[in-house]
Amino acid sequence: MSRLAVPKTYKLFIGGAFPRSESGRTYEVRSADGGFLANAAKASRKDARDAVVAARGAVAGWAGATAYNRGQVLYRIAELLEGRRAQFTAEIEEAEGLTRAQAGAQVDEAIDRWVWYAGWADKFAQVAGNANPVAGPYFNISVPEPTGVVAIVAPQDSSLVGLVSAVAPALVAGNAVIVVASERFPLSAISLAEVLATSDVPKGVVNVLTGSPAEIAPWLASHSDVNALDLVGAGELDWVDLEIAAADTLKRVLRPEPGPDAAAPALDRIAAFTETKTVWHTKSLR
Amino acid sequence: MSFLEYAPAPESRAILSLRDEYGLFIDGEFVDGRGTPFQSVSPASEERIATIANANAADVDDAVAAARRAHDRVWSRMTGRDRGKYLFRIARLVQERARELAVAESLDNGKPIKESRDVDVPLVAAWFFYYAGWADKLDYAGLGANPKALGVAAQVIPWNFPLLMLAWKIAPALAAGNTVVLKPAETTPLTALIFAEIVQQADLPPGVVNIITGAGDTGAALVGHDGVDKVAFTGSTAVGRAIAKQVAGTHKKVTLELGGKAANIVFDDAPIDQAIEGIVNGIFFNQGHVCCAGSRLLVQESIHDEVVERLKQRLSTLRLGDPLDKNTDIGAINSREQLERIRELSDAGVAEGAERWSAPCEIPENGFWYAPTIFTNVQTSNRIAREEIFGPVLSVLTFRTPQEAIAKANNTPYGLSAGIWTDKGSRILAVADQLRAGVVWANTFNRFDPSSPFGGYKESGYGREGGRHGLGAYLSPASVTSSGRTAPRAVEASSAASGDEKPSKRTRRPARPAKKGAAK
Repeated sequence: MSRLAVPKTYKLFIGGAFPRSESGRTYEVRSADGGFLANAAKASRKDARDAVVAARGAVAGWAGATAYNRGQVLYRIAELLEGRRAQFTAEIEEAEGLTRAQAGAQVDEAIDRWVWYAGWADKFAQVAGNANPVAGPYFNISVPEPTGVVAIVAPQDSSLVGLVSAVAPALVAGNAVIVVASERFPLSAISLAEVLATSDVPKGVVNVLTGSPAEIAPWLASHSDVNALDLVGAGELDWVDLEIAAADTLKRVLRPEPGPDAAAPALDRIAAFTETKTVWHTKSLR
Repeated sequence: MSFLEYAPAPESRAILSLRDEYGLFIDGEFVDGRGTPFQSVSPASEERIATIANANAADVDDAVAAARRAHDRVWSRMTGRDRGKYLFRIARLVQERARELAVAESLDNGKPIKESRDVDVPLVAAWFFYYAGWADKLDYAGLGANPKALGVAAQVIPWNFPLLMLAWKIAPALAAGNTVVLKPAETTPLTALIFAEIVQQADLPPGVVNIITGAGDTGAALVGHDGVDKVAFTGSTAVGRAIAKQVAGTHKKVTLELGGKAANIVFDDAPIDQAIEGIVNGIFFNQGHVCCAGSRLLVQESIHDEVVERLKQRLSTLRLGDPLDKNTDIGAINSREQLERIRELSDAGVAEGAERWSAPCEIPENGFWYAPTIFTNVQTSNRIAREEIFGPVLSVLTFRTPQEAIAKANNTPYGLSAGIWTDKGSRILAVADQLRAGVVWANTFNRFDPSSPFGGYKESGYGREGGRHGLGAYLSPASVTSSGRTAPRAVEASSAASGDEKPSKRTRRPARPAKKGAAK
């Protein structure tokens, strides 16, 4: 007799905890062949706002950590993901209807992107910063700093690699993130949250919401305590309205990117969520 | 005659040969505008200086079309070396005509000649000289090999540093290979129009630089024009917000350099003489018409009384009057409208319980003037501590600990600049780290340099001007997807595949999607 499996309850990931949606709502997630997979939490406006509060609270600590430390924490995510490779492969295979090899390749790619971005943590400031030869007795230096709280609508057509591609670069410089996962493929996002929760990422640095991006994104786009909005996966939404809402507090906005190349690894994606600070120091022998 | 009274020492206006009327500068020539012309007046005397053309929507079309032609046919095909040579030429011509430009600037804007002569115009030349050298070195701008110009840049600039803001906008845009349509502020078009003559003297190909004059509706038509690929704006946060909304959903790249409410933090160990001069420079430079002005003085409680006393003494020695007088420290407020705004906010300060003190100085009969003013007993919730006043008005607040200073400094939706005054180097670095501001001056204030990136955090805007960063604001990587070239293998393969099929600018613009039904 075969063993009866123990299914997992998928919840949200806010402030390092795994709450259900305060709204009590869930939605059915089905596999590519139509079978029932799980009831995912359907996040509400309140959940989004709670996530912003958690993210805001986490910015100072994460941005203030040394770049070396942030790099190690991001690398540790890759380590733990590698250890759970089989779990993620199976989850993606079932959800997206891919072959095992295709699903495995997506997991590998996601892991490798964590590694790539982890390595940037203590180099980005050297590449993006400058010593400026100003015409006067000043030591003048420009350095990138994190923008703050970044809200992301993850690419909607993949379970894991799109999510990782959007979240990882925002973390490199020290931002805290609220990410709205793929609506069709939300389960790997929550599984990734389990990895994050056990890989030294401080609570609140990454917050994962599942549910309807069309419903949640407007609350994030208009939230005054969100500093930047990544619409990479919002191509199917009324994203222009989101960009307009974001303009009220002059959020930095990245527009949607369609297709499988969305959020391809790039220095630009790190830079998009940083601010350049220039400091002028006087020089004097007196 | 007290020791403070000097004989008048006016800079001669004879160096100017102004026209009575100025047209729009489109495609290398001055043409008539189709809107209703307006007058530019001297804010110091309210005298008419010249009649200025007003660009309507059709004129904006013409200017953008000229810029597009110049971009596609000439400027984008020219070598970087030659683009650079044109910019070097412009830098030299600005130097050659420096005195004339300074006089025109002070006449039209109202700023003291010593500032236009010693700060604005030299920086204009420096800006063109700096970016001239970048034109053939774009591969080193940090965007990978062969970065591309964006195309036609729409640039809208304010009235506080008319020619300097023009240089901040045009120099990097041209170096990167863009062509521009620039709209100077309604009250200060004069030096931009003289600059158009310099463009002619430099023999710059027609259409590379177009200058159209007008008011806010001209600017809005320019920013919203479909033929524009890049928008660069310096001005108020309110207009910046409107622009961000206007360009939403388009392919346009945007940089916004907006308002500020900078904290100037003075610790009790600060070199006090320099600090007093720095505070004065921070808020009274250019009549306080500076987006990065140090309008909130945060002074450590133990030295508050001494600092305020010494500030009052120093302000009492400032000479307010004729902008063209070489002894003038404080010039005219740029417009009646701005003067009213300063008065309104200042009165609100009194109404909210702060104490106002104004330097005792004689106010000329004509023109727009505001005596240097200090508010003490200011609460963080007061409007004068929160809103940008853009005038010679300083709000003084106190703090006890560095943590309190940092918290108060950051307690604003703005984040453009900040100042720190202390003799302790390690404290400078630690405080600078925690200030959420794009430019931090330590033991100095209001310094600018073409090699030094400038721009804001939060609602002070986004993007940087100056330095390599300022150049990057006018470039995009060679191929959108090839930016993943340093990425893991799978991405490299996919980007190589798509690299040859870079969509054209027009098709790359994402269409506004049809409204979807509620997505489950």
